[in-house]
Amino acid sequence: MAEPVAAAGAPARSRGVRGSPTLGIGVATGYLSLIVLLPLAALIWQSGKGGSHSFWPAISSPEAVSAIELTLVASVVVAAVNAVAGTAIAWVLVRDRFPGKGIVNAVIDLPFALPTVVAGLTLLALYGSQSPIGINIAFTRTAIVLALLFVTLPFVVRTVQPVLKELDREMEDAAASLGAHKLSIFRRIIFPNLLPAILSGVALAFARAVGEFGSVVLISGNLPFKTQVASVFVFSQIESDDIRGAAAVSVLLLVISFVILLMIGAVRRWATRHDV
Amino acid sequence: MGIAVRDVSKRFGKFTALEAVSVDVPSGSLTALLGPSGSGKSTLLRVIAGLERPDTGEVILDGENVTGRPPQRRGVGFVFQHYAAFRHMTVYENVAFGLRVRRHPRREIRERVEELLHLVQLEGLAKRYPAQLSGGQRQRMGLARALAVDPSVLLLDEPFGALDARVRKELRRWLRRLHDETHTTTLIVTHDQEEAMDVADQIVLMNHGRVEQAGGPRDLYEEPANEFVMGFVGPVNRIGEAFIRPHDVELLLEPAGDCQEAMVERLVHLGFEVRVELVRGDGEQLSVQISRDEAERLELERGQIVYVRPLRQRVF
Amino acid sequence: MSRYGLRFAALAYLAMLLLVPLGMVFWRTFEHGFWPAFHAVTAPDARSALWLTVLIALIVVPLNTIFGVVCALAIVRGRFPGKGIVNAVVDLPLALSPVVVGLALLLLYGRLGWLGPWLGSHGIKIIYALPGMVLATIFVSLPFVVREVVPVLREIGTEQEQAAATLGASRFQIFRRVTLPAIRWGVAYGVVLTTARALGEFGAVSVVSGHIAGKTETMTQYVQAQYEGFNTSGAYAASVVLALLAVITLLAMTLFRRKEET
Repeated sequence: MAEPVAAAGAPARSRGVRGSPTLGIGVATGYLSLIVLLPLAALIWQSGKGGSHSFWPAISSPEAVSAIELTLVASVVVAAVNAVAGTAIAWVLVRDRFPGKGIVNAVIDLPFALPTVVAGLTLLALYGSQSPIGINIAFTRTAIVLALLFVTLPFVVRTVQPVLKELDREMEDAAASLGAHKLSIFRRIIFPNLLPAILSGVALAFARAVGEFGSVVLISGNLPFKTQVASVFVFSQIESDDIRGAAAVSVLLLVISFVILLMIGAVRRWATRHDV
Repeated sequence: MGIAVRDVSKRFGKFTALEAVSVDVPSGSLTALLGPSGSGKSTLLRVIAGLERPDTGEVILDGENVTGRPPQRRGVGFVFQHYAAFRHMTVYENVAFGLRVRRHPRREIRERVEELLHLVQLEGLAKRYPAQLSGGQRQRMGLARALAVDPSVLLLDEPFGALDARVRKELRRWLRRLHDETHTTTLIVTHDQEEAMDVADQIVLMNHGRVEQAGGPRDLYEEPANEFVMGFVGPVNRIGEAFIRPHDVELLLEPAGDCQEAMVERLVHLGFEVRVELVRGDGEQLSVQISRDEAERLELERGQIVYVRPLRQRVF
Repeated sequence: MSRYGLRFAALAYLAMLLLVPLGMVFWRTFEHGFWPAFHAVTAPDARSALWLTVLIALIVVPLNTIFGVVCALAIVRGRFPGKGIVNAVVDLPLALSPVVVGLALLLLYGRLGWLGPWLGSHGIKIIYALPGMVLATIFVSLPFVVREVVPVLREIGTEQEQAAATLGASRFQIFRRVTLPAIRWGVAYGVVLTTARALGEFGAVSVVSGHIAGKTETMTQYVQAQYEGFNTSGAYAASVVLALLAVITLLAMTLFRRKEET
């Protein structure tokens, strides 16, 4: 009978129930290391191999800066739009009733289910050069924002929905009985409770937008300094064999992703501070 | 035989749940592990079951030292406070589980399960899922499931704690009758002293991880080992160093013998008894319980001065 | 009537962003009839692409499912230092750009990578071949089963497993008869998400595949190649296939989500 990993603090469960979990933990960490950590380690190492005097020029070349700037601005815009639109959609899905609501609810997940390159293509079909409604935004920055809105749609909706569902309606009744009108109730009661979920969703949407590639690559035309986002820039650097340059910008994107992950964790902890 | 626990200690981090606890549960008896929250009674039960490992000490079941064994090999039946029902299985499959993992033949399983469902009065519900049962029904299922594998020892962890008062009373009486039929060594954890007194042959009263006293219900009530035991198993008054039960007090209109003066603050009519709440000169409160007839004879009213004489008292 | 206003605005947003564009693709594909589209999608390169995509999914999904369940069990029931790090690493693929993932793999297994020389001398091809594409797809679709199973495991608690132990079940029997059935809808939902992600993977796979049409080109890459080669009907037809798979995914998601909630 193998010994279980020693308990620390929390009530210990007899080994008879759990047996030897160390094998499972070993397998899990081994798989994670091989698949995720090792390649990322290689990336970070190789990007720094040339020393800071090759790293810095790589991420401060005009093309790189332009791409990073465009990416960040577009992502912020998209995050902001999602904060409003996502909350509104979640509200309609939770509080409103109409025929076909179930279908609409399922459709929200379409961007998760649809390949990104197909998403880009569908937007091109309606808003591109052969648009039946005469809107042609292909190869513009608007197109980038549109594509990012498509792929980030579910994030805020799906983080806000369960919170809205669980919201204690009695709080709103109490506020009403104390004289608050609807807008006031939203502002003082509902919104503060939704804020952590909205922020969480916004952070996820932002992280996704910053790294998005497939939906943007067709619709934006990848015009350097005009419509080239960071991920496409990295891709073109790889194709022209400037691996160092690609690696440098990638590490920057990696750091941004990591910071956002930490922020999401912090938001989650902050959100549950009032939980009984 | 039965259950023997020797010098068991268990700590969770800084918290000592059990401290050198030794208990003997006679074979075939129904023993209650009684105590307030945090007294260690559930932990002790789980150590006996093998669901927790003690830091020191031994557990001996039916003469065999099972301290190193996992729960699978101890022959214990365990009933959980919140039922631990297998949600995805029907009532039948829940009860049959222990027999299925031992690979008993299907016909034997069917007979045994039907016998048990009859015993716990859940016939006809075999195909239902736990979510479709009431709390009391789920717990009876839990009992049937534990009994299915013929355990030598039955352990119940606050089995009626999640049920409402009326169901609780019904089920504990029912459990006692079941025990009288099967004579399985049974150990039940409860924080409700009324439940323990009602149902058990022997009570082990615990506090802060230690055994305060073990004995029959009458022993604990009439010969409490210390202040804690006396106060836990029933209401108690304290006059100086002496501890006195509300029933063991005589009320007099004139002072006589060793008595104390007190004023009647409140009369609570409890059907055929009256609880007289008194306050002494020094502000100490007393609670005395007398029959309705006695209260009428004394013509008690609020504000009246009476004399309190203890008939029986204990000093520790 | 602000309720109707909000409802209209939300539905209009969804329609103009998601539904109408998707409808356009279907329309454009079948605009000239069913058969031209069918021919476009059964062209040899399209068929190889579809086969390759399915093959990768068939490898990736079972691996990530097994890992997902094991990892979820370790995170919820295990006790070891660094559990928070494991949790964070599992979430990483969701926050990373796929192109960065591809580059990382390139810098590990490629010609210039850490293992490049060793792999080269042993004649093992990872980059620009199937193994590289499989590794990239495993990376990006890694988190889904774990993240779906973890909350389910937390919710059911350990009591049922303890009860099974007292009833005599061995560790394996407990897992098979109690734990696994309790998490099955979480696993199913996670498998659906993993499959959808694997089928739709584009960025990482583009970096490591070498785009050799008919050999190392997945369906998504085929769509891009067709579009950039001005064969829009081919691109649309392939997109329709992928979109239909997405719709099936959505149906499965809705179904399993409902089962998970009961």
